[in-house]
Amino acid sequence: MIWNWEFVWAEALPPLLKVVHITVLATLYGFAIAAVLGLLLALLRRAPVRLVSWPVVGFIEYVRSTPLLIQIYIVYFGLLPALDLDPTPFFAGVLALGIHFSTYTSEVYRAGIESVPRGQWEAATALNFRLTQKMFRVILPQAIPPVIPALGNYLVAMFKETPLLAAIGVLELLLTAKNTGSYTFRYIEPFTIVGVFFLIMSIVASLGILRLEDWLKQRRPG
Amino acid sequence: MSDEPIVQFQGVTKSFGDLVVLDSFDLDVAPNEHISVIGPSGSGKSTLLRVLMTIERIDSGTIKVDGDYLWHMEREGRLVPANEAHLRKVRGKVGMVFQQFNLFPHMSALRNVTEAPIHVLGMAKEEATERAVELLNMVGLSDKMESFPAQLSGGQQQRVAIARALAMRPKVMMFDEVTSALDPELVGEVLGVMRTLATEHALTMIIVTHQMGFAREISDRICFIEGGRIVEQGPPDRIFSAPESERTRAFLKAVLEV
Ligand SMILES: Nc1ncnc2c1ncn2[C@@H]1O[C@H](COP(=O)(O)OP(=O)(O)OP(=O)(O)O)[C@@H](O)[C@H]1O
Ligand SMILES: [Mg+2]
Repeated sequence: MIWNWEFVWAEALPPLLKVVHITVLATLYGFAIAAVLGLLLALLRRAPVRLVSWPVVGFIEYVRSTPLLIQIYIVYFGLLPALDLDPTPFFAGVLALGIHFSTYTSEVYRAGIESVPRGQWEAATALNFRLTQKMFRVILPQAIPPVIPALGNYLVAMFKETPLLAAIGVLELLLTAKNTGSYTFRYIEPFTIVGVFFLIMSIVASLGILRLEDWLKQRRPG
Repeated sequence: MSDEPIVQFQGVTKSFGDLVVLDSFDLDVAPNEHISVIGPSGSGKSTLLRVLMTIERIDSGTIKVDGDYLWHMEREGRLVPANEAHLRKVRGKVGMVFQQFNLFPHMSALRNVTEAPIHVLGMAKEEATERAVELLNMVGLSDKMESFPAQLSGGQQQRVAIARALAMRPKVMMFDEVTSALDPELVGEVLGVMRTLATEHALTMIIVTHQMGFAREISDRICFIEGGRIVEQGPPDRIFSAPESERTRAFLKAVLEV
């Protein structure tokens, strides 16, 4: 028999239910890092000083063109220990996810900032705002709401990358399924359930983003 | 002191690539003078205002505002490029209203007017609000304080923009074709506000406009510019009735026929 329901209820599903929150938390924390760091990168990239903007561009290019798995290893085995930190795999994994996706969210922010009409900058200059005030009071409040759905898409994308954390021993869904398989010799059910989890949560998240989009449209006057 | 110009352009040149837009431009504006700048499209009228607002840099020459250099500062008797602090100090004496209003769409009318006084001038919120209410009353928008720009007509938005600029207490106000983006029936309400400003307030006004009748009525002086230079200037009656330059005549003929 390829599929055994009894095995599902008794052995495959319970351990997965116990760790599903790890996957969710890794996604949420990782995304919080990506959301903040991405904004920071987008702002630094605009810095008038090349000494600042060029390294940022280099960093973004580097992170985007290397596999996430390598970055997870670098953060866990290289970066954090080099800083004299002894991270838990979860912490290192979340940080790596956040750094990796910050290079994508920074592009989203950049597009948002560039879509604000020049006249808004000019009006802010005419009112004598400082550069930081222009950014935080005038430009970003207009730049960010329209790109929230695009940021949300990266939340879903990040969620789908969390199984990579298994590689450094984060006991999330994938590693748990693998463990179940390795002592019961049944892999089909645990891995299938993990797949279904991801399917359900991706659908939920996508619906959430759609509703958010509607809400943003309604909220904006005019 | 009172003879000293509040705005002084001396040999100001500004190019975009090969295109010389302001060509060794000279202009003195007296305190409380109302001056209208007219000229064909592309003659550099907006650029003139934009360099005075520090939206565009100048290539050479100097601009003085109320006795201070705008783009320069004096150090050991020499002129050096202005730093940000100096720019902000001098820029604060100038305000501008734009053709496209450029209100902040995420703020109510009231907050559009209070935002800069609070965060740039450091005014207390109550004081800024009180003053904003006064200004919005003056431009006839006492019932629109809480409206967002998208909920206002073009004429109403432009009046908010005027109130917003006035809230910074500039000595010099610039208006760049502020009625050009408006439906014809809304032009009057904005010109009305400007008329009030000109007659009832001590304010230097530099107006770029295609409304020749309005320019004639409100201005102490008309400047006709073309090719980045002043071709002719003088009191409105003379410019409009007896222009000396052939080019002024051709321009006026063209615009007044429309
Ligand atoms: N940022 C810019 N980059 C390149 N060229 C520019 C820029 N701004 C203005 N110009 C050019 O400089 C010239 C003068 O422009 P300006 O806007 O000052 O003219 P204007 O007199 O205000 O014209 P209009 O009556 O059409 O508003 C035009 O040829 C314009 O295309
Ligand atoms: Mg113009």
